Amino acid sequence: MSLSLYIMTLFGLAVFSYFLGLKRIRSVVAQQVTAQQRLVPTVPTETGQAPISPTDTTETGHAPISPTDTKQHSVDHFHGLFLALYVFLPPMLLIIIWQACAPFVTNYLLETQLVTIFGTLSQGALNIQIAQVKAVYNGSLAAHMVSEQTTLGVAYYARIQQTFSIILPVIATSFAVVGFMFAYRRIALRFPARRHIEKIAIWFMIAASVIAILATLGIILSLIFETLRFFGKVPISEFLFGLHWSPQIAIREGQAGGAGAFGAIPLLVGTFMITLIAMFVAVPIGLMSAIYLSEYATQNIRDFVKPAIEILAGIPTVVYGFFAALWVAPFMRDMGAALGLTLSSESALAAGMVMGIMIIPIISSLSDDVINAVPQSLRDGAAALGATKSETVKQVILPAALPGIMSAILLAISRAIGETMIVVMAAGVAANLTANPFEAVTTVTVQIVVLLTGDQEFDSAKTLAAFALGLLLFFMTLALNILALRIVRKYSENYE
Amino acid sequence: MEKPTPYIRADLLRRRYRAEKRFRLYGVVAIFLASAILITLLGAIAFSSIPAFTHTYIGLDFDLQAGDMTENIEDNNWHAILRKALYQQFPEVKTRRDKRMLGKLLSIGAADRLAHKFAANPSFVGQKVQVYLPASDDFDLFIKGAIDRTLPESDRLLSDKQIAWIDKLRAQARVKRQFASHVFLAGDSREPELAGIKGALIGSLLTMFVTLLFSLPIGIMAAIYLQEIAPKNRFTDLIEVNINNLAAVPSIVFGLLGLAVFINFFQLPRSTPLVGGLVLALMTLPVIIIAARAALASVPPSIREAALGVGASRLQVILHHILPLALPGILTGTIIGIARAAGETAPLLMVGMLAFIVDKPANITDKATVLPAQIYIWANNPERAFESLTSAAIIILLVFLLFMNATAIGLRKRYQKRW
Amino acid sequence: MTETDKTVKTHKTPEAEDRVKIKARRVNVFYGAAQALFDIDLDMRLNQVTALIGPSGCGKSTFLRCLNRMNDVIDGCRVEGDIYMDNQNVYDETLDVVELRARIGMVFQKPNPFPKSIYDNVAYGPRIHGMTQNKEQLDHIVKKSLRRAGLWDEVKDRLSDTGSGLSGGQQQRLCIARAIAVNPEVLLMDEPCSALDPVATAVIENLIHELRQRYTIVIVTHSMHQAARVSQKTAYFHLGELIEYGDTSDIFTRPQHEQTEAYISGKIG
Repeated sequence: MSLSLYIMTLFGLAVFSYFLGLKRIRSVVAQQVTAQQRLVPTVPTETGQAPISPTDTTETGHAPISPTDTKQHSVDHFHGLFLALYVFLPPMLLIIIWQACAPFVTNYLLETQLVTIFGTLSQGALNIQIAQVKAVYNGSLAAHMVSEQTTLGVAYYARIQQTFSIILPVIATSFAVVGFMFAYRRIALRFPARRHIEKIAIWFMIAASVIAILATLGIILSLIFETLRFFGKVPISEFLFGLHWSPQIAIREGQAGGAGAFGAIPLLVGTFMITLIAMFVAVPIGLMSAIYLSEYATQNIRDFVKPAIEILAGIPTVVYGFFAALWVAPFMRDMGAALGLTLSSESALAAGMVMGIMIIPIISSLSDDVINAVPQSLRDGAAALGATKSETVKQVILPAALPGIMSAILLAISRAIGETMIVVMAAGVAANLTANPFEAVTTVTVQIVVLLTGDQEFDSAKTLAAFALGLLLFFMTLALNILALRIVRKYSENYE
Repeated sequence: MEKPTPYIRADLLRRRYRAEKRFRLYGVVAIFLASAILITLLGAIAFSSIPAFTHTYIGLDFDLQAGDMTENIEDNNWHAILRKALYQQFPEVKTRRDKRMLGKLLSIGAADRLAHKFAANPSFVGQKVQVYLPASDDFDLFIKGAIDRTLPESDRLLSDKQIAWIDKLRAQARVKRQFASHVFLAGDSREPELAGIKGALIGSLLTMFVTLLFSLPIGIMAAIYLQEIAPKNRFTDLIEVNINNLAAVPSIVFGLLGLAVFINFFQLPRSTPLVGGLVLALMTLPVIIIAARAALASVPPSIREAALGVGASRLQVILHHILPLALPGILTGTIIGIARAAGETAPLLMVGMLAFIVDKPANITDKATVLPAQIYIWANNPERAFESLTSAAIIILLVFLLFMNATAIGLRKRYQKRW
Repeated sequence: MTETDKTVKTHKTPEAEDRVKIKARRVNVFYGAAQALFDIDLDMRLNQVTALIGPSGCGKSTFLRCLNRMNDVIDGCRVEGDIYMDNQNVYDETLDVVELRARIGMVFQKPNPFPKSIYDNVAYGPRIHGMTQNKEQLDHIVKKSLRRAGLWDEVKDRLSDTGSGLSGGQQQRLCIARAIAVNPEVLLMDEPCSALDPVATAVIENLIHELRQRYTIVIVTHSMHQAARVSQKTAYFHLGELIEYGDTSDIFTRPQHEQTEAYISGKIG
């Protein structure tokens, strides 16, 4: 039975249980009401108001001490829901946990079985065997292509899979049954089903919130874990201070896993150069646009230009990359040739300029916010002294908005450092340690893409190097963002 | 007593006004540059995409007899039939080399196309018919004027002979340009005249589906918890710091996470919308949470008090009153987040979604690519004809994103409520 | 604040103690470190209107919100002491606050109808508390509540219109109808007329007179005239303390405490 079919069945059972729960609570209430009617005579109703329902009769004569003892705690619907949740959730949790663990369990079982079949095996050979068994089982490898012993392994693997596919639904169903019995017994007049359900709901919400922590943790742990493995193969000092980056070429002999030079300095220099060029484009245009829009432009111009800049922000970066590679880079090369300069067709200048275009909206919208946040009284004060508008802007508004603008620029730098597609498509792959913007340089993100696209085994230094670069990138952007946030915090305090 | 005289120096004032004008001009120039760049970028791409939407077709005559055909029409050797029809058109072509050159005028997919035509119209067999078949990309470029016949032969994609044959076909009015439906209906291909975006589009939709499936419920639940329920303590502070931090992590790092955790650790299948969608969901999650919290916070507290006052529980207050009122705001944020995810490429490269995949995916566990990744793949293709195809794909992607963002803006305008 | 400082001047009242519906004993409220209420002892009697008066920030609204535990939702708010309704402690751990609020209705300072139809506004409480089995019963409750709130004749033809389309006074009566639709025993009103014009205020005050026959009402008001008009008992709060409590007529004619007198005569406040 396929898993999705089983889950659907489970869901059906839960719906069924919902109605059973409704039935149960109603019968419980009915019993209670008849029992009460035997004990207490009907409450006299208010004169002139004919009783129309049981609820109406309680309106004048609330029980004098504590009416809550005999009142149904939760509406019927919650009792049904309570039962349904207890039928559905335990087996679902089991299934989810099982799905997460299954690969490890089956792998472990298969490994031990293969060891008994083959005798001792090296780790590499074992991995190959496991891959073969799985491939045959999935049908991606023909059964006659593998050895007889492997076929035994395949049979064993198929047996495990089959066993699990039977055992899992059986255990899950028993969970559902236990859940049902537990919940069914608890349904009673005063049973706070609503509160139970709300508690469950809140736990789900907490779990959803924790995912944000898990994601961060996942990023940091996976990056650090792989990076440590990388530093097991390549010394950390070489990575941080090495001046050569050529992961594709083995330059030292006898090193396992295919070696190369892993000095990250050329990548960092390239990244910073492209970022710097981008800032030279983006900061003046973005900042001046923001100033013009908030201080000079009429409403009509604002209504027209602001959406246009927002469109720039919404264009996917792959489009910028295409634009850079196809038009900007050749254009720059031709321009350079006309001026007697030799530009590489993958020059840092072209990539940086297009990246700058991408950054313009970030700078302009963030600066716009901070410029608008400068109190009008400052402008009025300057104007009253006879300052021209540009003097007001330069001497009053910009100094007041400077921390905000600084943090906008830092955020923009962080975006530029982490940007991938533009540089992948328009900047080079070869790591030149140069300060010449007309030459091709490469960046951290480009190298991550280069190292991880294409088929590589997961353990080689090349692949692991990508994670080390990722960690570097993560901490650089994190530091920039924290710094930007700090500046903004300080700034907003000044105004309150 | 001194009389107060206004301190105005005419020369200084003139200078100040000049500075004012200059400053203003800088602003105008900045705005002009930003707009000009936008127009250039969109204009260049739109202009270069135009050729991709039409393709050149060559009309060839077929006179097939029922006796020569196999029972299943598609089983015939259509390559041979096609070649024969082509050679008939050019009886003067004799040598093997020339024949091969002649054959290159037609697309590799022409034989398939011919087979489909005959399978769809069984009445064609037994009569003389003219069928239009796709030309090769070089032929197409020539017709579109992208190949200069005045260049020396060695610098051209087409030889002198090929150009002569094309001229002959044109003289016979056997060449026509038609709307290139394959751009929308075909999957990827190595041949630009056969490649289309449908596979990538389906891949994008499946990926967005997975992204939405995970990020929207989790995002809303987390936002509700943080905004409405959670006490303010270290734990919730930690969550908030993490969410803000996640929002600023470069997208490629999410790709590394997906590779290390989803593919290598949990062994989810590589290159699939499932994995791609999960990665993008993590990326979109902070966007949705932040937007949803803002929307929840904008619901006035008086509504909460009113509901609490009649004895609604905290969860009932949220589900019955606050969430419905905040929903337009949440959806606006969600659409913007999803639109951003739909244009994202880098993290998907990390989880293998840039593979060359001809088959259109039908399932979230099928190998697939997405529209931005398809653009990246095509942009890296050396054939000239891919250039306009890439532009066409970009235009389609931009229209798709524009539509989503317009929906979000419309939603915001329609339901925006000032309390 | 020690016990000996506390001098609440209490007028002798002839009512029997068993008519007490809500009994507050030594209630202290803190917002974080700041104390908002100091050792409040107060009884609110069945079928009477108890008015809480005092200058702004004196804690009267805070006290009102303690009665149905609306302070629970405010972060950092802590309530000490005991409040009994029918001898049941409102702050009992085992008590379900939702059930409590169904028994103690509340009307707020600003009319706050849900952005739903008039009908749905009134029907919301009965729906979530499962008070009715069918549509007819629900219709009946809605009609009865709107009638008691004196709004029925004005809205009976447009029950499906949205509640926010009503005038301020109508909205406030709608909120009263919404509160009484769940059939509460006590009705708390937090300056219910402060956002209304004098005509609408008069309508609501008449309504309070009628509702008193059926409910125990506690009303916070800024207007001494309103307190004098609608209430039987008045409690005067000042800086978080209960200064004076007694029959309304006594408080307004023969205040025992100089602060009360100063407030009533308009010297402070």
